[in-house]
Amino acid sequence: MAAKVIVLTSGKGGVGKTTSAAAVAAGLALRGHRTVVIDFDVGLRNLDLIMGCERRVVFDFINVINGDAKLNQALIKDKRNDSLYVFPTSQTRDKDALKRDGVERVLDELKETFDYIVCDSPAGIEHGAITALYFADEAIIVTNPEVSSVRDSDRIIGILASKSRRAENNMDPVAIHLLLTRYSPERVERGEMLAIDDVKEILSIPLLGVIPESPSVLRASNTGTPVVFDPQSPAGQAYLDAVARLLGEEREMRFLKPERRNFFRSLFGRA
Amino acid sequence: MGLLDFLFPERRNTAVVARDRLKIVMAHERASRDAPDFLPALQKDLLDVVGRYIEIRGDMLRVNVGRSGETSLLEINVELDGAKIKPVKNGSAGEAKPKPKPAPRPDPGSHPPWVKPG
Repeated sequence: MAAKVIVLTSGKGGVGKTTSAAAVAAGLALRGHRTVVIDFDVGLRNLDLIMGCERRVVFDFINVINGDAKLNQALIKDKRNDSLYVFPTSQTRDKDALKRDGVERVLDELKETFDYIVCDSPAGIEHGAITALYFADEAIIVTNPEVSSVRDSDRIIGILASKSRRAENNMDPVAIHLLLTRYSPERVERGEMLAIDDVKEILSIPLLGVIPESPSVLRASNTGTPVVFDPQSPAGQAYLDAVARLLGEEREMRFLKPERRNFFRSLFGRA
Repeated sequence: MGLLDFLFPERRNTAVVARDRLKIVMAHERASRDAPDFLPALQKDLLDVVGRYIEIRGDMLRVNVGRSGETSLLEINVELDGAKIKPVKNGSAGEAKPKPKPAPRPDPGSHPPWVKPG
């Protein structure tokens, strides 16, 4: 199988790109695919924290691009899953250090070893974000059911269609998927939040998954564990469903109905 | 406001408001997404020139950049339905003058009276 480059992007910040990149990469690894997740957010490194490997970072993406370190010196093997690797970015260098030809060289080298290369894009539509999406074969648009996030997602979809490598070389277009995160069925039912169908209709891209708003996501980031490793978490299960769909399987959407509050569950405060 | 209104305020379905606002703003943005930055200025200049000959409103002249196969197209549409040809005296549309003075570029916001800004 040819390696696939998947970018998680959104335009807007704070919608859950890094959480989703960690979850999707870990989910692919749990399905037995050799997967590396790369942090493209130069200067604002955070994927290492979410993946729980912040104390193991020695060399980074920029070191490898500049030839100061070898790829296998910079890749961090996940302690929970043998198929999963983290490729951290630089905390100090300026964002322009991400040169396109250097990135291409590193991606080509990664393609020899890995089935999936998951790219965690920075927010915005500047150099870093464009570089992250440029080489993508597939794109996961992380969107919150909220007006500014939906609008920014539409902007990023337009950029993918015109500025990606596939667009520039008249290849098959980047396969674009919608991942709706922080979805709250209760608030949708009360008419306070955009419903799935609204967002789907406005963005008109296929839906990969809906991740319910869940306290387990913050718990996962507190401990540096991708949320798919928490078997109790509805969000984790929703991410695993999304990964299955990414792999071409049919999965029914779950967690779309308001949860009936269970007295004992609310008493013990666990969601 | 009555006591009942105070106790049970009618909750507006704000999600519907959000959806409708997004649809409108995004339809507009998608149309102009790939347009070059100079299009609004070009449209204004064209409006000034055409406005010297024909009474025209801002919304009757549209400028678009499109693509047809390998060719880029600069598309200028001037709607004349209901427009009036202006009398000759008022502009350079008339007979050649010895030294036609270039029309002064009106500063923004001072369109000729027959031009309503877009």
